Amino acid sequence: MKKMLSLVLAVCLVLGCAAMLTGCGGGEEKTTLYVYNWGQYIAEGDDDSLDVIAAFEEAYPNIEVRYSTYDSNEIMYSKLANGGITVDVIIPSDYMIGRMRQEGMLEELNFDNIPNYQYIDESFRNTSYDPENKYSVPYTWGTVGIIYNTKYVDEADVTGWELLWNEKYAGKILMFDNSRDAFAIAQYLLGYDINTTDEAELQECADKLAEQKPVVQQYVMDQIFDAMENEEAWIAPYYAGDYLTMVAENPDLAFYQPQEQGFNMFIDAMCIPTCCQEKEAAELFINFLCDPEISAANMDYLGYSVPSSASKEFLDPELAANPVAYPSEETLRNTSSFDNLPEETSRLMESLFMEVRNG
Amino acid sequence: MKKRNNAVLLSTPYLLWMVAFTLIPLGVVAYYALTDPATGVFSFRNLKELGMYLPVLWQSIVYSLASAVICLILGYPVAYCIAQCRPATQKFLYMLVMLPMCMSFLLRTLAWVGLLQDTGILNSLLSRIGIGPLKMIRTPGAVILGMVYNYLPYMILPLYATIVKIDHRLIEAAEDLGCNGVQVFGRVVLPLSVPGILSGMTMVFVPSVSTFYISQKLGGTDTVLIGDVIERQFKQGNNPNLGAALSLVLMLLVFVCTGIMNCFGGDSEEGGVIV
Repeated sequence: MKKMLSLVLAVCLVLGCAAMLTGCGGGEEKTTLYVYNWGQYIAEGDDDSLDVIAAFEEAYPNIEVRYSTYDSNEIMYSKLANGGITVDVIIPSDYMIGRMRQEGMLEELNFDNIPNYQYIDESFRNTSYDPENKYSVPYTWGTVGIIYNTKYVDEADVTGWELLWNEKYAGKILMFDNSRDAFAIAQYLLGYDINTTDEAELQECADKLAEQKPVVQQYVMDQIFDAMENEEAWIAPYYAGDYLTMVAENPDLAFYQPQEQGFNMFIDAMCIPTCCQEKEAAELFINFLCDPEISAANMDYLGYSVPSSASKEFLDPELAANPVAYPSEETLRNTSSFDNLPEETSRLMESLFMEVRNG
Repeated sequence: MKKRNNAVLLSTPYLLWMVAFTLIPLGVVAYYALTDPATGVFSFRNLKELGMYLPVLWQSIVYSLASAVICLILGYPVAYCIAQCRPATQKFLYMLVMLPMCMSFLLRTLAWVGLLQDTGILNSLLSRIGIGPLKMIRTPGAVILGMVYNYLPYMILPLYATIVKIDHRLIEAAEDLGCNGVQVFGRVVLPLSVPGILSGMTMVFVPSVSTFYISQKLGGTDTVLIGDVIERQFKQGNNPNLGAALSLVLMLLVFVCTGIMNCFGGDSEEGGVIV
């Protein structure tokens, strides 16, 4: 009996090896495109939305998309900087594009393959992170504000960024788990430039963030969706587009932007990193996402703002008129954008933030 | 002579595996730990920065030791009872202990979040019967609970394996010589199960001390463990050098701890079965 068993096992082992060897060869030619994007940052077919990736694969049947996600620009950056992986399309934010461009981590795009670039509005071209429009195609833009639950939070307390320090709501406040966004909040609160390289100012911001720690429930990124929708937390700073997704689940949520103190406005744009293997397919993908109808369907789900007036016309009119997604010039008067910081400053900020988190 | 050759031949695949996936990566970790992140030249800079993480390291050790001890207290009676059952029942109970491990560790930990959080299942039940929402999640207790819950089988299995092998004649002899139940346990059963206790403690302590997922999901802002810090260095911080230095320290710590435990078990009959 035992002999029989070992015989069977041996046969299985041999067959398994053989299958593995033959499995590698053969099959039809199919291009695999590796897309690396923020979590919750493309319509995937739930809630009656368009499944953008499936639509792309249908339009280009010889391309197969492998999609994976990251939580923050910094995580994406370390993964690419450490090498050893293939990624064809990434969607970083403005300052990270500036950094990767300067470090030679981005490929120049061939705009002959991206005719839909024509739909991108003038105001989203010639940006500080890509002044010559060589490396990036804007995907979305948006702002940062405070999301709070009107059932628990007294309107009188909603006066500015200091709400995130309010001891009355200790244990119910969430905070950004990435150094750049977290420091920006302290910088707006203290009245500093969000692109400062001054060490004393950064240290002061770190102290401010350390002061906040006792009232913070968790440092989070995309876990914020569950926590705010279930009312596990009541106050959190996050991106306007994601607020629109959350408020659809929990109508008690409200969005506030401290216009006096200022807040961050960002652009996320599609780029091709130098570790790309399928540049042409990547450009087809970028072009596809810029198609006005596709991008409108995508943004209907995402809630983020679209950098193209042509797409805006296809948008759900309710969303297109929503002041959270498309704030007035007056609201945006006091916004600022992130610039790429010198490496030394980035490192200092990261280690200060680490101290806050571990301290 | 021939037998010896066979032994070498048979162990070659494992040796190759060890070299390729354990020894070489260890060397890489050591190399990164001892080079400067900016310039890539040899330096002790990363090791100097470690001082800042000592409180976190200490906290990790305390939590893991606590969970190992709790696992022992919970696991020993269970293992003892299983070992006393009929062989068929033993097999069944053994399988029951293993059963939770068939489901993803991440999912099981995430399930605790749903149970413990302020708006979670337990708290909504408690508020319904008038006991206000209790602060359960994001406390050190919740982290230790997560560790105990996840690693308890690693305690029970080696304990069971040791206890089941204890020669019944020794117990009978002790009883014949006038020991009462407590004395039999204290003088015969417990000393003979020391190897199982040590091996169980190690198997709970080692994964607990390096975990990051449990503390991130069940812990609060002040229950940061060394595993979290290492994870952050590789992901958010983009400082693999410091991450490697921290890993190296953690590894040394684990070696020292297992070494100490091995010493305690050194004089037992079956010494050296640990790990």
